Amino acid sequence: MTQKIISLTKLKKRQVGVVVEFAGGSEVSRRLKSMGIRIGKKVKKVSGMLMFGPVTIQVGHTQLSIGHGMASKVFVEVKK
Amino acid sequence: MRKVLLMGNPNVGKSAVFSRLTGIQVMASNYPGTTVEYTKGYMLLGEEKVEVIDVPGTYTLEPTCKAEEVACEILKDADLIINVVDSTNLERNLYLTLELMEKNIPIIVSLNMWDDTKHKGIHIDIEKLKEWLGVPTVPTVAVTGEGFNKLIAEIYKARSPKVRKHSLEERWEDIGKVVSRVQKLEHRHHTFIDILQDLSIQPLTGLPIAVVIAYLAFKLIRFIGEGLIGYVFEPLFEKIYTPLMMQLSGLLGSSGLWHDVIVGKLIDGSIDYFQSMGVLTTGLFVPVGAVLPYIIAFYLVLGLLEDSGYLPRVAVLMDTLMHKIGLHGFAIVPTLLGFGCNVPGILATRILESKRERFIASTLISIGIPCAALQAMIIGVLGEYGGGPVAIVYISLLSTWVVLGFVLNKLIPGFSPELLLEIPSYRMPPLKVLFNKLRWRIRGFLVDAIPVMLAGVFVINILIFLGAFEFIANLTAPVVTGLFGLPKQAVVAIVIGFLRKDIAIGMLGPLGLSVKQLIVSSVVLSMFFPCIATFAIMIKELGLKDMLKASAIMVTVALTVGTLLNVIL
Repeated sequence: MTQKIISLTKLKKRQVGVVVEFAGGSEVSRRLKSMGIRIGKKVKKVSGMLMFGPVTIQVGHTQLSIGHGMASKVFVEVKK
Repeated sequence: MRKVLLMGNPNVGKSAVFSRLTGIQVMASNYPGTTVEYTKGYMLLGEEKVEVIDVPGTYTLEPTCKAEEVACEILKDADLIINVVDSTNLERNLYLTLELMEKNIPIIVSLNMWDDTKHKGIHIDIEKLKEWLGVPTVPTVAVTGEGFNKLIAEIYKARSPKVRKHSLEERWEDIGKVVSRVQKLEHRHHTFIDILQDLSIQPLTGLPIAVVIAYLAFKLIRFIGEGLIGYVFEPLFEKIYTPLMMQLSGLLGSSGLWHDVIVGKLIDGSIDYFQSMGVLTTGLFVPVGAVLPYIIAFYLVLGLLEDSGYLPRVAVLMDTLMHKIGLHGFAIVPTLLGFGCNVPGILATRILESKRERFIASTLISIGIPCAALQAMIIGVLGEYGGGPVAIVYISLLSTWVVLGFVLNKLIPGFSPELLLEIPSYRMPPLKVLFNKLRWRIRGFLVDAIPVMLAGVFVINILIFLGAFEFIANLTAPVVTGLFGLPKQAVVAIVIGFLRKDIAIGMLGPLGLSVKQLIVSSVVLSMFFPCIATFAIMIKELGLKDMLKASAIMVTVALTVGTLLNVIL
């Protein structure tokens, strides 16, 4: 089994990943963290809108929609 | 007086808890950010009267938008905090709980939405959680009132927790540990609601679903509105009120200044509610007979959409489009509220992160989004010519909304922040909450509209009598007649539009306008300037300088679109 690190936007629908890194400013990671997304968290992609629309993920019992730009800065590790 | 603060993450039911404690009805919906300002109420704790404050939801005490700033500001003079927690989201909610506990203010925790934990297969060991937190912790269901006796009893026992300041990482580490100890999750199979939730947020199925829901909502509003007019309000006015007014008219001698002020001019010997312009005829009929049925219909349907939890999904679907006009998807919520009344719509722009967004969203709402009262009158005046003319008005307004948004996004420096939004689960709208909210909004409309309307019609009559309008009409004739192709007297309606736009549309009636002129004047009236209530809230929210900018945009846009329509149609 190999592991691969990709951004939330590249994650496929229903695929699960573990958050490993926030790229970009601390503002982005601060807001995401306050909503429960932080390093080590398991997230599952629910949907991604077309034309660079928001990515919706499931964290625990919560669904969160994250704008495309922000989502591309969140990196997760997936098992292949 | 001691102050009790209700604090918690967005969409955990703080407003429902507030209503339970104080008996005051406040807006509660199923989306984050329903409360953007704090609401005050009072409750008795034994003999002592205390102030209860419903604080806008916040994820942390480091604010990211204006609604959250309000929350942090008010925390400074709290005597007691009731931290409302969504029990189905313990981990994320406890972060704020820890931050609040570090403030050393007496605190109790209300584990709200407790009933949902059972449906979702979440087991929480309250005793262990309480022990770890070291403060009173009570499971509650605010919508039904479960657990509230206990919650109130615990308020007495609240005391300041002695917690040192932690770093962000430490807090999360602590929470991780405690949650794994007190919470057990049961694996559950997908339910029908889960499937529906999934379908409505996928691009391929979500968009068609949104179109169907928008269509159904529109149909339902028309069905209820027309039904109420046809079966309730029209018979009421025709059978009961008109004979009464005719008697009064006889008593006042059927003509003369006072007769015309009170009952209005008789048209072919009878009262015409759209044209007579009497305080007790047109002044009362417009808000009650023409607008109220649509207000009821609109807010009933909006309430269903709000409480079901559908609106945040619309925000996700619309996000890409909204970025093109300098906003993000969640700005669709204030915009939809604006279709009811621009005032709560503009107030709701506080959920947006930047000043730039709030300026764009507010300006767009006041120009392109007609309120329910205005729409009811436009349909009332133009509806008899079929759907086409009404459609032209809507298309003009909405395309202006898009085009202007696009232009503002290019002209105003800055960028639109990213969407970051919690998507709540669907739930059956609790009927009691739904009807309370509807009643509250209807009462709000009646209290705001009727006095202004009666006074407005009175002033109009006096001004007509004094000939003041003649003067304004001659002054503005080049624009009104030259650009818009309207008779110069139409300016009167535009001026009155500053007071209330519904009555202004009503004033077009006696001018005998053609369909084209009615379309042009409806559009110009919608855009030209906000009504006085919207004007006041815009000054308050944007500040005078930005409001002046917004006003300049409104006038320019109304002149442009009005002229264009006059030329094209």
